[in-house]
Amino acid sequence: MVMTLETSTAPSADTVAPVSRRAPRWAKPALGLIVPLVIGIGWEIAVARGWSNGRLVPPPSKIYEMLSQLAQSGELTRHVFVTTWRVAAGFGLGVVSGTLLGALCGYSVLARRLFDPTLQALRAIPSIAWVPLFILWLGIFEMSKVALIAIGVFFPIYLGVMGAVLSVDRKIVEVGRIFRLSGPAMIRRILLPAVLPSYVVSLRSGLGLGWMFVVAAELMGASEGLGYLLIDGQQLGKPAEILAAIIVFALLGKTTDWLIQLAFAPLLRWQDAFSSQGGKA
Amino acid sequence: MLVLDHVGKTYPNGVKALQGFSARIKIGEIVAVIGGSGCGKSTLLRAIAGLDPATSGAITLDGETIKAPHEKIGIIFQEPRLLPWLSVADNVAFGLSDGTRAQRREGAAAALARVGLLDKASAWPRELSGGQAQRVAIARALVPRPEVLLLDEPFSALDAFTRADLQDHLLDLWADTRPTLVLVTHDVDEAVVLADRILVMKPRPGRLFEEVRVDLARPRDRAAPAFEAVKLQVLEALDRSLDREKRRPVEDLLTAGEGI
Repeated sequence: MVMTLETSTAPSADTVAPVSRRAPRWAKPALGLIVPLVIGIGWEIAVARGWSNGRLVPPPSKIYEMLSQLAQSGELTRHVFVTTWRVAAGFGLGVVSGTLLGALCGYSVLARRLFDPTLQALRAIPSIAWVPLFILWLGIFEMSKVALIAIGVFFPIYLGVMGAVLSVDRKIVEVGRIFRLSGPAMIRRILLPAVLPSYVVSLRSGLGLGWMFVVAAELMGASEGLGYLLIDGQQLGKPAEILAAIIVFALLGKTTDWLIQLAFAPLLRWQDAFSSQGGKA
Repeated sequence: MLVLDHVGKTYPNGVKALQGFSARIKIGEIVAVIGGSGCGKSTLLRAIAGLDPATSGAITLDGETIKAPHEKIGIIFQEPRLLPWLSVADNVAFGLSDGTRAQRREGAAAALARVGLLDKASAWPRELSGGQAQRVAIARALVPRPEVLLLDEPFSALDAFTRADLQDHLLDLWADTRPTLVLVTHDVDEAVVLADRILVMKPRPGRLFEEVRVDLARPRDRAAPAFEAVKLQVLEALDRSLDREKRRPVEDLLTAGEGI
């Protein structure tokens, strides 16, 4: 029996020059726009053709018109500025207190035993339940609103930081011990870098809650801010104003979240994570 | 001189991991500690490192009692334990606390060059192979020039070829400054290749059972009959420490390439 080795004249997959199918850089973020664009255009067509009167859910053109009016009158800038200032102040207070207490309770058993049960009990209280008390204590103006936002931001940061410190790999801490790092040096050179990835997640969760709580704060009595626009739109029967405020909230939330990611990206380049592989298994 | 004087370790749950372990280790000597699983080898090493101090007896280095990590004592663990957020060069420089930043970087570069990884200085630890990562860990431990270097099964996670390569490399590095090496291992070959003395431990509780001297010139030929004879001597001591039956003849071991 003669065995022959068949050879093919057709080029194999290995020898064919790979065709570049790499999508341009803008394509990936643009993918996320497809769904809202399809819904928006679909709704615009539906209203234009008279399939719906668009009174309660106005089409994108009406919302755009409302946003333009608010922008031209300067109202939009004022409301955005006030709301952003409230979130920034509440977020700052929540981050500082949550980080310090979270780090302290994570690092020290005594502090954890002392503070954590009380803080966990406070966490179980719906944050909105604080509103009457804050108004009594701090008045109806800015302080009560900032305090409510700070409460919302505090707990995810506190829990995130404490959990991250507690879960730092003992083996890594031993490296610091072997090189006789002092307490502050251990925190700066081992614990802080080790908890940074979890900390960024906590900051993003805290910021998201900050944007949620500013709405609650502004609904409870404000004369300016995006939350005020929501109430104003409801009371005057202007759904376009409500949707315009919601869209601005979404844009501000997304932008600030992106800024946090952008700020910390250089410090997290070392991560050997699923996401660093582009999410490919 | 590193002196272990009746060192004992009892954990809070009452488990006695070590009992009355005594040894005197000279400066520049290489001592391997070998024994069955759970015989307290790593506990002993952690006590010498000051990570888990002994609960009885005393450990002294040049007359100074060791109860906490000491600047003259370095350790290399089973896994490299590199800090993932630091570059390879910064990981090595982590071991240096003195001098300016430039001096530390210079020292790290020299140490990396010595382990043949200068080209990886700016790489992240995740970009290294297991053997390369362990070389970096060796460089980090050696860069502060410790008087005593402890090694806790440092090559056990590596393949046989890389392990033999790193054992030879460790001896080269040791020859530079001749620190005292205390090596914990379960690999009899590794112990005989590296050590001047092999301390065989007996388990439950961990204690010194027997001492085997390795009077072979370096570099040691793993295939030489004298090497095999010492290896057999260690294996027999291990068998006795574990109350096993008598070991098979050396010829059987040579064909089986047996460890413990």
